[in-house]
Amino acid sequence: MISRRDFLQATVAASAIYGASGIGNWAKLAAQQALTQDQLLEFDTFGNVTLMHVTDIHGQLKPIYFREPEINLGVGAVNGLPPHVTGEDFLKMFDIKPGTPEAYALTYVDFVSLAKSYGRMGGLDRVATVLNAIRADRPDALLLDGGDTWHGSYTCLKTEAQDMVNVMNALKPDAMTSHWEFTLGIDRVNEIVEGLDFPFLGANIFDAEWDEPAYEPYQMFERGGAKIAVIGQAFPYMPIANPGWMFPGLSFGVREERMYEVVQEVRDAGADLVVVLSHNGFDVDRKMAGQVPGIDVILTGHTHDALPEPVLVGNTLLIASGSNGKFVTRLDLDVQNGQMMGFRHKLIPIFSDVIEPDADVATLIDEQRAPYKAELEEVLGTTDTLLYRRGNFNGTWDDLICNALIEEREADIALSPGFRWAPSLLPGDPITREDLFNATSMSYPAAYRSEMTGETLNVIMEDVADNLFNPDPYYQQGGDMVRVGGMGYHIDVSKPQGSRITNMTLLKTGEPIDPARSYVVSGWASVNEDTEGPAIWDVVESYIKRMGTVHVDPNKSVKVTGP
Amino acid sequence: MEFTRRGAIALGAGVAVTLMLPARGALAAAEDRIAEFTGGAATGEGGITLTTPEIAENGNTVPIEVDAPGAVSIMVLASGNPTPDVCTFNFGPLAGAQRASTRIRLAGTQDVVAVAKMADGSFVQAQNTVKVTIGGCGG
Repeated sequence: MISRRDFLQATVAASAIYGASGIGNWAKLAAQQALTQDQLLEFDTFGNVTLMHVTDIHGQLKPIYFREPEINLGVGAVNGLPPHVTGEDFLKMFDIKPGTPEAYALTYVDFVSLAKSYGRMGGLDRVATVLNAIRADRPDALLLDGGDTWHGSYTCLKTEAQDMVNVMNALKPDAMTSHWEFTLGIDRVNEIVEGLDFPFLGANIFDAEWDEPAYEPYQMFERGGAKIAVIGQAFPYMPIANPGWMFPGLSFGVREERMYEVVQEVRDAGADLVVVLSHNGFDVDRKMAGQVPGIDVILTGHTHDALPEPVLVGNTLLIASGSNGKFVTRLDLDVQNGQMMGFRHKLIPIFSDVIEPDADVATLIDEQRAPYKAELEEVLGTTDTLLYRRGNFNGTWDDLICNALIEEREADIALSPGFRWAPSLLPGDPITREDLFNATSMSYPAAYRSEMTGETLNVIMEDVADNLFNPDPYYQQGGDMVRVGGMGYHIDVSKPQGSRITNMTLLKTGEPIDPARSYVVSGWASVNEDTEGPAIWDVVESYIKRMGTVHVDPNKSVKVTGP
Repeated sequence: MEFTRRGAIALGAGVAVTLMLPARGALAAAEDRIAEFTGGAATGEGGITLTTPEIAENGNTVPIEVDAPGAVSIMVLASGNPTPDVCTFNFGPLAGAQRASTRIRLAGTQDVVAVAKMADGSFVQAQNTVKVTIGGCGG
């Protein structure tokens, strides 16, 4: 391996180049009203290998608004480290001026007004334009998809992800890994995988009965005279965080020892560069990078973080490419004699009004959507509040969903899962059926209504909090905290499981939650197979139609301490 | 939504304090078993690898593997189960490897402990925390 000192110099050189020509220029360009496609794509081709990374697209074929988190706490050793830096602190850390396109793309600060200036982001037709431009510079650039691709929209649900498969095939990925893909059910996943022109990788996916690998662990590529191993790492907690009964024969897990073995195997097979295409989540990848030697690059996914610079752990580069089609990462590498000698990196923001759609892919997207046009476009109501989900605690999309559950299902308390997907809507926007499905679409949508004791509610809250705030990343599942309606609570994220949650209060009476009393609780997305109830989108549609214009008050019922 | 997992239900706010008592009891029982196994001798670290999932996919059947080259015997304990005994693997002189795997049941989040008796009569110990969780909110 190259020495750490040389490597750091390479890093500094690359950053210096980018401070001058890439990101640092956005502010000025914006001030001049001169943001252009050429400037967004500007890149001085470097080395002999190019990686292109997209991840966590969540079915978003068309441009969307996506507000980045306001609260994204890190506990233990990662407190205050990226990606656990938000808002003004994020702008300071990466030297970004407020009000710039970059500030809009990467933080929540002044989101609504900047969204009106800079418009929607993403759209796979725009992504196609960017990929084509990179391929014009480097025809054999590798496109790697981190997964959560075949989930998240109305058309994706109705076509069992055929829309996403068709459009992604047109973008020609070289490999992908997975998470929500498996909520299509194992039979559908295998049906799609058999028809793909590229490998569906997961070194950590095992047959549960025989304890044997169930999918290809890695793929070798020859690029620029270098042998490149791309190892897939699927979401480790698939059968726990999502319904295991939908893929009953599979076992997942971090399986650090397995990653160690596979890295050795590909190095022994002559790999000059080892890339892990991961759906672990950023903190899990950061820990794995420190534990497993020999990985050059981890393309992270799952936790939806977008970072304008790589994070370096030892000699391993961690890349975070955002979600929902907002960004494409271009990573150029100089790989010589089994060593990564240097890199040049750019997180390319997909400003949909600046980047020209690729005509062929735009047509293909329209074809996928055409059969569902009327349903997609039906306006259910209007929002007078910014609707967003992302953040460790409540977001307004979930507050709206919880209000709907409490009213439509006559519940005391509502629970909405801490998903990280769901685009945002601006105040005054109509809420279409497409928008509603972007926030609720899934294969286990039943909105249950049941009685739970205060004690059980506390168990759930503590359990989910530990999945988010356990100081050891390998014990984290990567979602956000369960969103709660009708009940307030305090959380001290620095405490151990069992003592983080206090002051649980029933909001409608202001009384403390009684551990022994039963409460009527409504929620959705239970992982239990026998869950009964109407689909969550029907519950919320009914509520929005009844309200006409929905309004969500700022949520002041969660008090957070201890990071 | 049903919560049938006993370990999870036992963790309520009001119950947290009382839960500490059986937990401490089980831990004491595990320590007693180790003392019996080692005859009170101190246990070292290293030379034994215990492989467990960080979070159990199903608390009723958790795959574990122990590997202690040169061991004559390896004892496995689930320190938080009402009865911590899991099993003891004995290896004869013709055993090709001193490695074994099995699936165990865990009542809740706890440490799984493995203690190996080596050929020279010394002991080494490894332990991992395995979390048993309700799950369901990964995004």
